[in-house]
Amino acid sequence: MASFIDFRNPPGSDNRADRLIRATSEPLWIRRLLIGSVLAFFILFLALPLIVVFQGALAKGIGTFLKSFTDRDILHSIQITLLVALIAVPANALFGIAAAWAITRFQFWGRQLLLALIDLPLWVSPVIGGLIYVLLYGRRGYIGPWLQAHDIRIIFALPGMVLATTFVTFPFVARSLIPLMQAQGCEEEEAALTLGAGGFDILRRITLPKIKWGFFYGLILCNARAMGEFGAVSVVSAKISGMTNTMPLEIERLYTDYLFASAFAVASALSLLAIVTLSLKTLAEWENKRQFEAGQRSTLETTIETLP
Amino acid sequence: MSRKRHILPGFHLSLGWTVTWLSLIVLVPLAALIGKTFSGGWHHFWETVTDPQVVATYRISFGLSLVAALINGFFGFLSAWIFARYEFPGRKLLEAATDLPFALPTAVAGIALTALYSPNEWIGKYLAPLGIDVAFTPLGVLIAMTFIGFPFVVRAVQPVITELSADVEEAAACLGASRWQTIRHVVLPPLFPALLTGVIMAYGRAVGEYGSIVFISGNIPFKTEITPLMIVSKLEQYDYTGAAAIGFTMLVASLVIVLIGNKLQSWGNRFRKHS
Repeated sequence: MASFIDFRNPPGSDNRADRLIRATSEPLWIRRLLIGSVLAFFILFLALPLIVVFQGALAKGIGTFLKSFTDRDILHSIQITLLVALIAVPANALFGIAAAWAITRFQFWGRQLLLALIDLPLWVSPVIGGLIYVLLYGRRGYIGPWLQAHDIRIIFALPGMVLATTFVTFPFVARSLIPLMQAQGCEEEEAALTLGAGGFDILRRITLPKIKWGFFYGLILCNARAMGEFGAVSVVSAKISGMTNTMPLEIERLYTDYLFASAFAVASALSLLAIVTLSLKTLAEWENKRQFEAGQRSTLETTIETLP
Repeated sequence: MSRKRHILPGFHLSLGWTVTWLSLIVLVPLAALIGKTFSGGWHHFWETVTDPQVVATYRISFGLSLVAALINGFFGFLSAWIFARYEFPGRKLLEAATDLPFALPTAVAGIALTALYSPNEWIGKYLAPLGIDVAFTPLGVLIAMTFIGFPFVVRAVQPVITELSADVEEAAACLGASRWQTIRHVVLPPLFPALLTGVIMAYGRAVGEYGSIVFISGNIPFKTEITPLMIVSKLEQYDYTGAAAIGFTMLVASLVIVLIGNKLQSWGNRFRKHS
């Protein structure tokens, strides 16, 4: 019947789908307003600080910028930063694998407490991460006098900086592995075990390939934090340029000496590291998701195949 | 039973390693902190943590952090919403950039923000004629605290928004609710615990933050000094007991903040399962 056709609302202008979209989404102008204000926030708080670093680094020309990286003290600070990260990151990576294995593969008394304690360095002030080692190994600390008698320097020297860095980056690898390994379960490991594989074979051939993107994710975040740590390290370092300064400490030194171009040059190197870290992290997130979904699909397929 | 739990090998090795490393890096040094705190006696502890200059820093560290966390709550929520719901060019880039405050070293953020907001610089020069000083004022501290806490709210809220099923909203719309009513009564309630968790986490981070703040704050006693700075200055005077006392106070405060956050999170998770 002709009366069913509503000529005031021809199809496409105000049909049900349109009405549903309008009812479950915001009007265009609100959407634009929200996106605009978020964009403004991002530009103000995230983009401009990055831009100002690179601008500051190149303000006196590319020559000055490059010359900063031939300065002996700055080069030394880069070496110290790399060295500290080279010790702290693998140490925490091994710890992360061990902790994730213990926590996700076994049930034991105190498991929740252990999880909470692993998280602790994430929520305390980084300054406390330096303070605790000073109280232990410093000149007036608990072990300090003994160390001094045996001529061992921990505080105001490299070992202290490694310890403080290890503390602040302590949970990163463990935290990125635990939820992943929990979600993946351990059927494959158990299958390998029944086929006669040993513990390290299982870890190397079954578990590590399964968790590689999560592991990588944890590693790069751990590394970024290790190379960029300021608060904890500044407490335990003697802050002597060319001796015990890491790159962030060197930035502080150059900045307070009004050597802005050099300060921003070193800062730009660390900013570049941050950008690379973020890109790799996003990549790892995608890959991890893809791998996880593929894994789920294959489990699902095998489940379907084995059904009677 | 216990045999079933230990099917896979490596229990003793992995747990032993975990506990040893945890003790070396975290537990023993923390015990030193607690020991040193009370080595000077209760009276000395109380005198240190109620010293007027230290008390002034609580106002900045614990008060301003709250303001920063609320700002992050607002913009973090908006960001999470548009990331989860809207399609627009550059969305993936913004999403990836969200974590910049986690990845950028705090000292770099510190000098960058100072450079932006100093009176003769990029943003500072437009604010100075208006009589707004940012660098070396509490406002500068607030900006650094906002910067450092931003990712927490987005990370806490976005997964929950993604999880919300569209049919409840459609149902609300079919029942005649306006879009605003739907958002207020249907969308926001299940998001609220996650939002609160994110805000608490941003708060906790801002309370303990040091590197990005000390450059822009100028460290003016009674005005822009933060509590972690008090620890550093006590250590510089070799006052270990004093530094430990303030450190212990901060540790307890952070513990309370994180416990509240955990409670909220489990509350939120319960909410999610039932809805």
